[in-house]
Amino acid sequence: MKLSDIKDILKADVISGEDKLDIEVTGGAASDLMSDLLRRPKEGALLLTGLTSIQAVNTSVIAGMSAIVFVRGKRPDKAIISHAKKHKIPILSTPFNMYTSCGRLYAKGLKSITWLP
Amino acid sequence: MSDIIKEFKIKAGDFDHAGESSIEIRNTLKSLGFDADIVQRVSICVYEAEMNVVMHGGDGTISMTVDDTAIVLEVKDDGPGIADINLALTEGYTTAGEEVQQMGFGAGMGLPNIAKNSDHFDIVSQKGNGACLTMRFRIHK
Repeated sequence: MKLSDIKDILKADVISGEDKLDIEVTGGAASDLMSDLLRRPKEGALLLTGLTSIQAVNTSVIAGMSAIVFVRGKRPDKAIISHAKKHKIPILSTPFNMYTSCGRLYAKGLKSITWLP
Repeated sequence: MSDIIKEFKIKAGDFDHAGESSIEIRNTLKSLGFDADIVQRVSICVYEAEMNVVMHGGDGTISMTVDDTAIVLEVKDDGPGIADINLALTEGYTTAGEEVQQMGFGAGMGLPNIAKNSDHFDIVSQKGNGACLTMRFRIHK
């Protein structure tokens, strides 16, 4: 699924990375707990989170995730947006909560990311 | 390959910059041509270790050595040390406070993630005397 599809399904605003909407997302992961995401997700996961701290961006870079969607209309502050730009991680914000966001994406065919052994 | 040695400083409590050394290590390994699998495993381990120092430790250092056989990361800090290492290795056990948990860490997953993703690791620590974590990743030729 492309990031542009995710934007549409989640009625999301693109906060940064407008030029990267054609990237392919390999699966979804949703958590506010960064260590949960640091079990080894396959490269290219979409991260859904309500955590707008700089560590959401760092975790995405470290775990090789393709993009971040902040749920419940959350928006990170400027420093975090520029940090995400620097590391080329597109960030979006959706008005839907975590549960609904996952459900909408799953129903359209975006399955859970696989976790490596 | 001749040995490559890099060193980074970590500051206790500096949450704004926590993770930057790990990202730099990741970029270095990628530019050296290591495959995505080992780069991800090293990055995850060193990031967890860096966060541990920022959250629990005093100031510390990360040093990376790369030779023909392995990537070795040593993470040292002069913090309060670990009272019970076996307990610290138990998934779900944490001594982290609320501030750390608001950052998405401190769920007692750090050392278990390191144990899982490294080929060999070792912690030397005593209460009151800091900690030294060594993580080793074999290079397959």
